[in-house]
Amino acid sequence: MLNDDQVKHVAKLARIKLTDQEVKKFGKQLSSVLEYIDILAEVDTKDVVGTNQVTGLTNVMDKDEVIQGQSTKSELLKCSELPVDGGQVRVLRVVK
Amino acid sequence: MGKLNELTISAASKGLKEKKFSSVDLLKDCLAAIEAKNGELNAFVTVDAKGAMETAEAVDKKIAAGEKISALAGIPCGVKDLICTKGVRTTCCSPILKDFVPPYDATVIERLKAQDMVMIGKTNLDEFACGGSSEHSCFGPTKNPFDLSRVAGGSSGGSAAAVTANMCMYTLGTDTGGSIRLPASFCGNYGMKVTYGRVSRSGVNAMASSWDTIGHFAKSTEDVATVLQAIAGKDRRDLTTPDVKVPDYNGFLGKDVKGMKIGLPKQYFGEGVQKEIKEAVMAKVAILEKAGAEVMEVDLPSTKYAVAVYYVSIPAELSANLERFDGIRYGKKPASDPKDLMDFYCEARGEGFGDEIKRRIMIGTYVLSAGYYDAYYKKAQKVRTVIINEFADAFKKVDVMIAPVSPIPPFKIGEFMDDPLAMYMADALTIPVNAAGVPALAVPAGKDKAGLPIGLQIIAPQFEEGRCLQVSDFLERN
Repeated sequence: MLNDDQVKHVAKLARIKLTDQEVKKFGKQLSSVLEYIDILAEVDTKDVVGTNQVTGLTNVMDKDEVIQGQSTKSELLKCSELPVDGGQVRVLRVVK
Repeated sequence: MGKLNELTISAASKGLKEKKFSSVDLLKDCLAAIEAKNGELNAFVTVDAKGAMETAEAVDKKIAAGEKISALAGIPCGVKDLICTKGVRTTCCSPILKDFVPPYDATVIERLKAQDMVMIGKTNLDEFACGGSSEHSCFGPTKNPFDLSRVAGGSSGGSAAAVTANMCMYTLGTDTGGSIRLPASFCGNYGMKVTYGRVSRSGVNAMASSWDTIGHFAKSTEDVATVLQAIAGKDRRDLTTPDVKVPDYNGFLGKDVKGMKIGLPKQYFGEGVQKEIKEAVMAKVAILEKAGAEVMEVDLPSTKYAVAVYYVSIPAELSANLERFDGIRYGKKPASDPKDLMDFYCEARGEGFGDEIKRRIMIGTYVLSAGYYDAYYKKAQKVRTVIINEFADAFKKVDVMIAPVSPIPPFKIGEFMDDPLAMYMADALTIPVNAAGVPALAVPAGKDKAGLPIGLQIIAPQFEEGRCLQVSDFLERN
């Protein structure tokens, strides 16, 4: 069972702010899912290689050239709700 | 004219070519059906009547000018609101994207537009395609056209209900763990889940990149083949689409099933699968057997671990994919006044994501965190290999497998909302197919005593969608 502090820690790693009520609710629900996935321990996977890709593709290469996308830079910048300055989205200060 | 909306793609296209009616006539009947039924079903979250009318008129002009038109020209289509449509709001049914208007089209939309599709609107889904019921949508649940107190299935519930309610001729959806087949089964229509990589995912919001597939819903096998023909194939913008030849899917129709080897995976008919559902599927299998197909039991012993693999792998991949929603480049910024960037991220995501997304992101973050990565994520990837190998062994013996789509009939709205684990179990028979990356077609298999639809799935080896179509088409004709 995940305790409140563990739930808050995971939420912080995930950059999600939770209310105290959500911490309680999710703690219970996440614990039941985590308990359930423990069933995987039953499967013998000695010498089994994990799957990353199912159709056998590896190292897919493409020509090294610039291709024009469907949308322009200004169209993409318009998707942001934040102020745009010099072709960039202005965010809150990172370094204090 | 009236009731043109009830036609299949092939019948509607024939009528257009023979000038019995126009694309505008078709569209008007579809829009009338939306007007009449969407209030109660909640299948569409955005209707682009103006844009649809413009394209329908353009197609009518082409026909009037004697131009040759494609099989999908002028046919109204609904698009799952996870798929980007240029200039038309694409919300993923999440508060964080509620006003997002993409400046580009997904590849599937581009390909259908090249065929003169009439895009009628965007359909409801579980937020970011996470769920099996379409209840986790910021627009409220889609209701089942057969019983309004029940779910339409999910996550592509709006797409499934829209086809059943004749609001359009076909719809696009996505299937990561059953999100096309489950709602197709719950709503009684055809739902194609393609081989991983068969259809480009460029421009479709990523959920779990090693699992996601794009597919469609339609009213007949022939229509499924027509749409697949239009959207399948390699795309430079999605490097997971291999250079595998796209066959002529119509060539699989009209054939018999004599000598075909059909496997029944015994774990899909076991405990927890309702008797009426098993019987309905077996009645269809009997038709195939009578026609000369060879039916045999096959063994997929690790079936019971697939849901657990899914609930490690999917949240892990999703938690990484959804990192991009930070309220900065797109999506809603926080309503509050955050004090620093960290606070900005947490507020934007706390306000912008619904419960199921928060749950899955946190599970994903947990299983990928230091100390748990090997025990959960790597372990799940290995168990996935075991499941894949079992499918490969089964397909050495049989051409296709047939199984129920869902172990239970459409459930009541709200029934599993506080018990996510119980909801996950509705996908127990669809998830293994995604784990193996193979195609499967959900096909109607009658109704239960309560009048609710039952669906079966025809599962084939990778890139053998044609076999699914062949068997489905035979069942449709017999």
